[in-house]
Amino acid sequence: MFFYLLRRLLYAVPIALSVSLVCFLLVHIAPGDPVNAIVPADAPAAVVEQIRREYGLDKPLPVQFVLWLWHVLQGDLGRSLATGRSVSEDLYAAVGNTLMLALAAAGIGFLAGTAFGTLAAAFRGTWVDKLAVAFASAGVSVPHYWLGMVMVVVFSVMLNALPAMGAGPGGSASWAWDWQHIQFLVLPALTLSVIPMGIVTRAVRGTVVEILNQDFITTLRGKGLRRGGVVRHVVKNAAPSVLAIMGLQLGYLMGGSILVETVFSWPGTGFLLNSAIFQRDIPVLQGTILVLALFFVVLNLAVDLLQTALDPRIRRT
Amino acid sequence: MNSAVANNPTLLATPAAPARSKGYWAGVMKRLSRDPVTLVCGAILLLMLAAILLAPWIAPHDPYQTSMIRRLKPVWFQDGRYPLGTDELGRDMLTRLLYGGRLSWFLGITPVIIAFGIGGLLGIVAGFAGGWVNMLIMRTTDVFYAFPSVLLAVAISGALGPGISNAMLSLTLVFIPQIIRVSETTTTAVRNLDYVESARASGAGALTVVRVHVLPNVLGPIFVYATSLISVSMILASGLSFLGLGTRPPEAEWGLMLNTLRTAIYSQPLIAMLPGLCIFATSICFNLVSDGLRSAMDVRS
Repeated sequence: MFFYLLRRLLYAVPIALSVSLVCFLLVHIAPGDPVNAIVPADAPAAVVEQIRREYGLDKPLPVQFVLWLWHVLQGDLGRSLATGRSVSEDLYAAVGNTLMLALAAAGIGFLAGTAFGTLAAAFRGTWVDKLAVAFASAGVSVPHYWLGMVMVVVFSVMLNALPAMGAGPGGSASWAWDWQHIQFLVLPALTLSVIPMGIVTRAVRGTVVEILNQDFITTLRGKGLRRGGVVRHVVKNAAPSVLAIMGLQLGYLMGGSILVETVFSWPGTGFLLNSAIFQRDIPVLQGTILVLALFFVVLNLAVDLLQTALDPRIRRT
Repeated sequence: MNSAVANNPTLLATPAAPARSKGYWAGVMKRLSRDPVTLVCGAILLLMLAAILLAPWIAPHDPYQTSMIRRLKPVWFQDGRYPLGTDELGRDMLTRLLYGGRLSWFLGITPVIIAFGIGGLLGIVAGFAGGWVNMLIMRTTDVFYAFPSVLLAVAISGALGPGISNAMLSLTLVFIPQIIRVSETTTTAVRNLDYVESARASGAGALTVVRVHVLPNVLGPIFVYATSLISVSMILASGLSFLGLGTRPPEAEWGLMLNTLRTAIYSQPLIAMLPGLCIFATSICFNLVSDGLRSAMDVRS
C-alpha cells in the first residue's frame, strides 16, 4: 500500500508539470508578441523591456517556462492588466466563492442523483425507472446557462422569491451563513446541480442494476438475509465506482461553473475568467486556469486513492 | 417423397440449409425501428435540419433587418406576421432562430467530426501499435484529461480570442483526447482477441489485419461514442458564443441570441427563452438518439 501511494503521488507530478506547461503556453498561443499579453498597452517602453527581461521573454522557451514556474511556485501569478492587482490575491477570494457554489451544487446533485438512481434500479422497468432516466437525460442535456435564466424568470421575476444575481449585500467580502446571504446561493447552486444529478443518477442506476444481477445477491437472499442486510451489501459494492464519479463531477463543477457564474454574477473564478476574456486580461486568464486545473489534478489523485482504500482490487498505476 | 422423409428420422433431424444470416446491420436497424424514443427524436432532428437548411426559402423576414419601433414584440405580433415576436433590435425571432440553427449546428457538429477523424486515427494507432507509440499518445492525452472540458475550451478560445474558427479549434482539441481514449481501449481489446492472433499467425500483414479484422469491429463503438459527444458539443459551442467567444453580433447563433436577449427576461421572458429551448431540444434529441444507437448496436442487450 505504501509503495502504491508513493507511486501514485509520483505519477501526479509529471501531470501537474504538463498542466502548468499548457497554461504557460496559453500566453504564447495568444496572437501577437507575448510580452504585450502580460503588459498593459500603455506601459512605457522601459517597463516593457524590464518585464521582458524579468520573465526572460528574450530567452528560449524552455528557459522561459522554468522562470515562469519559479514565479508561480513563489505564489506570484503576475498582475492583472485591467486592475493592476496581484492575480493570486484576486484568485484567493474567487476560488473560495466558486468552491462554496460547487460544494452546494454537488451536495444537491449527489443526494438527488443517488436517490433517483437507487429508486430507478430498485423499480427497474417500471414508470419510476423511466421517469428517473428521463430526468437524468434532461439533466445532462440542458444548457445550464439557459436553465439559470429560466430559474431567474420563475423564482425572481414571477414569484419574486429569490434574488437573481450577486452574492448578497456587501458582495462576497461580507459573506455570512444566514438566510440573507444563503438565498443568493440557492438559484446558482440549483442550476449547477442538474448535471451531476443526471450523471450520478445514471451511474448509480447502472452500478446497482449490475450488482443486483450478480449471484451473491441471490445467495444473500436465499440464506434469508433481511432487506436491510442486502442493501448494506449493495452499498458496499457500489460505493467505490460511484464515489469516483462524484469526485470527478466536483472537479467539473469547479471548472465548469463559468457559465452559471456569468448568468448569476456570482463572484467566483468563472466571473473572473469572464471579465478576463472580455478585457483580454491574459495573466488573470492564465492564473485562474492554472489554479482550477491543478485543483482538478489533486482531486483526481484523491479520488484514486480513496477508491483504492475502499476496494484494494482496483490499483491503478 | 414426403412420406419417405417422414419415415426417415435421420433426414428429419438434419436441419435444412441454415437461414442466411441477415447480418449485423439488419439487426441493428430492426432493433432501432422498435425503439419509439429514438425514432421520434431522430424525426425531430431531421425536421430541424430540413428547416435550418431551407432557412433562406422559408424564413418570413431578413435576419439582419432591424427596426427601432418593433423591438421585443410578443409572440404572434401583427396577427402572425411575426409568429415568434421580435428580438431586442426588432428582428423577426423565427427568422433569427432558423438562421441561428445553421451556425449552432455547424459549430456543434464540425468539431466532433474532425475529432472523430483525428482522435479515432490516433487511438487506433496507439491501440494497435502498443509499446512506446501507445505510451507517447496516451500520456499526451492524459495531460488534456487533467483539465475539465469546459475549462479547457474556455482557456484555449479565451487565449486565441473570439471568432468562429477559434471556438471550433478549441472544441476539437477538447474532444480529440476523449475519442483517443475510447478508440485505444476498444482497439486494444480487439487486438488481443484470438482471431486477430490467428490472422497474424497465418501471415497477414499489419495493414491487412487492421483493415479486415480491426477496423470493422472498432469503428462502430467509436462512432457511437462520437455521437454522444454531439450533445455536449452543441451546449459548449453555444456556451462559448454566450460568453462572447464564438460568433459575434450581428450573426445569428442560438447561444449569442440567448446572451443578447438576457436583458429582456424581465419584459419578454418567453421570447428570451426561445434560443435556449432550441439548444435544449437539439441536445436532448442527439443524446437520446445516441443512447438508442448504443443499445441497438450492443448485441448482448
